[in-house]
Amino acid sequence: MSLAGHYSYAITVLLMVTGLYIVIARGNLVKKLIGLAIFQTSVYLLYIAPGKLIGGTAPILAEGFKVYSNPLPHVLILTAIVVGVATLALGLAIVVRIRETYGSIEEDEILAADCDGGERA
Amino acid sequence: MTFAHLPALEVAVPLIAAPLAMLLRRSSAAWAIATAACAFSFGAALLLAAEVWTNGPISYALGSWDPPWGIEYRVDALSAFVLVLVSGIAATVAPYAWRSAAAELPREQLYLFYALYCLCVAGLLGMTITGDAFNLFVFMEIASLSSYVLIALGRDRRALLAAYQYLVLGTIGATFYVIGVGLLYLMTGTLNLADMAARLPQVQETRPVLAALAFITVGVSLKLALFPLHLWLPNAYAYAPSAVTAFLAATGTKVSIYVLARFYFGVFGLRLVTETLPMPEILLALSIVAIVTASLVALWQADLKRLLAYSSVAQIGYTTLGISMASKDGLTAAVAHLFNHGITTGALFLLVGGVALRAGRPEFERMRGLARRMPLSSLGVVIAGLSLIGIPGTAGFITKWYLVLGAIGAGRWWLAAFVVLTSLIAVAYVWRFVEAAYLGEPGSETPQPGEAPAAMLAPAWLLVAASVVFGLYTAYSVPGAQRAAALLLGASP
Repeated sequence: MSLAGHYSYAITVLLMVTGLYIVIARGNLVKKLIGLAIFQTSVYLLYIAPGKLIGGTAPILAEGFKVYSNPLPHVLILTAIVVGVATLALGLAIVVRIRETYGSIEEDEILAADCDGGERA
Repeated sequence: MTFAHLPALEVAVPLIAAPLAMLLRRSSAAWAIATAACAFSFGAALLLAAEVWTNGPISYALGSWDPPWGIEYRVDALSAFVLVLVSGIAATVAPYAWRSAAAELPREQLYLFYALYCLCVAGLLGMTITGDAFNLFVFMEIASLSSYVLIALGRDRRALLAAYQYLVLGTIGATFYVIGVGLLYLMTGTLNLADMAARLPQVQETRPVLAALAFITVGVSLKLALFPLHLWLPNAYAYAPSAVTAFLAATGTKVSIYVLARFYFGVFGLRLVTETLPMPEILLALSIVAIVTASLVALWQADLKRLLAYSSVAQIGYTTLGISMASKDGLTAAVAHLFNHGITTGALFLLVGGVALRAGRPEFERMRGLARRMPLSSLGVVIAGLSLIGIPGTAGFITKWYLVLGAIGAGRWWLAAFVVLTSLIAVAYVWRFVEAAYLGEPGSETPQPGEAPAAMLAPAWLLVAASVVFGLYTAYSVPGAQRAAALLLGASP
């Protein structure tokens, strides 16, 4: 149970916390989305790393190969990557609309604009 | 032949209707396809529920790959109950959208609206019917991504920011859910929920399993807007188009509550959730805070739609309160409340959509003397409001009754008193509408006499009638909820 033996988990946790921190700490809407993407990426690693066995091959029955890697996590993550890309694309599309409407992508400026505009409208 | 494939068609028909609606481009054709698909799903859900009622759970192997290797669609007492609710609301809101969406959205975007609506329905139905943890995540994201866009379609520019915030929080919630599922997969080597439940006892109380429970709890709680994680909800509901608000409020959070109950009782099991970890105590505390704070905040809203959004957060608190009891009466209350609050809040948001159409914005200032200008809509809001409070004779009363029974059964008299007393706050916020609409004098901003279009009023009144009918006639709704509760408790090892 050494840290070196579980380094992929350490990287996963690091990416996860980094991503989540960016989402919370940044006021820029695009940077928030980048943090969100990093956060999602960490999950890909969480799934894929344990599926790989050292010395394992692709799961095809053949002479002389006894150790196989688990292909299922890779397939699952292929789906998760598609979902992640769709989320990022949609998020950025909404940010483009926000920029067109408010003229800013800074959260505090947008909220301030709404406080004035909301009263008037 | 087709009947055997009904579980797959239940989800596949709205899923295929979405690209069809996009290809047709004409808004009337897109609307017809969306309505037909929702009506089909509702019919299929009723048939499935009848089948489950008489012959027990249905297991459908998607693509003929047997579970646990393939993806299993599983219809049992609980998922059939939620399927009927979601598809029923979808089939009621679709006709409403004909006039409502046409009034609120640009003409050239209408076909996209219907395509997204079908996608959202397919996602929510898929979340309910699937017996596979990862498949559930994919459907969750289908439902979520389409609902982000639907919310962003709102006329108010704040809808964009609300959709963005919901996207960020919703994605964090879904990702937390996937982390939890990943940990469970590492420990059990399966993604099938029933198979997972069978294998979990061997690795119970290991740290990854406990971490998985924590991740899934937080992730799903974000989706269902449990108290401190509800911040996305009020703005999203307040600024989304009326039809979207009514549909999402009545179904979106409900399906997430279903997922939470399924994982707690169907996968992790009663022992792990209640004895190893203090989940009931945590849920109980959060539910109580949710009910009190959200109801009080609702009291001070200047806008009826926002008031109802906060009231929804409080009502979610009543549902999770039922889950936290982890007893037969408590779970019956929780499952029945999914249905009862679904039809009640659906009715209210549909009526408010009609008022907003005539008054511009559903602010109390503009609703003075509304009862004289829009008598049918006002009466509907009052009746559905009574159900929100839980007056005997309405659907809301059934839930409160079982909550009180559950609290007394557990020997918690203070909790029974709490449920009754907090209903008084609901009386206060429903009274605000009565005060404005019935006791106020029409002002310059009150709409001129004239009801909302019949195409909007009829679906709304259908749900208003349902919230009374299911308060008096409980031959299916209560035994259905009781069976679902028994299933949840029986499935626990």
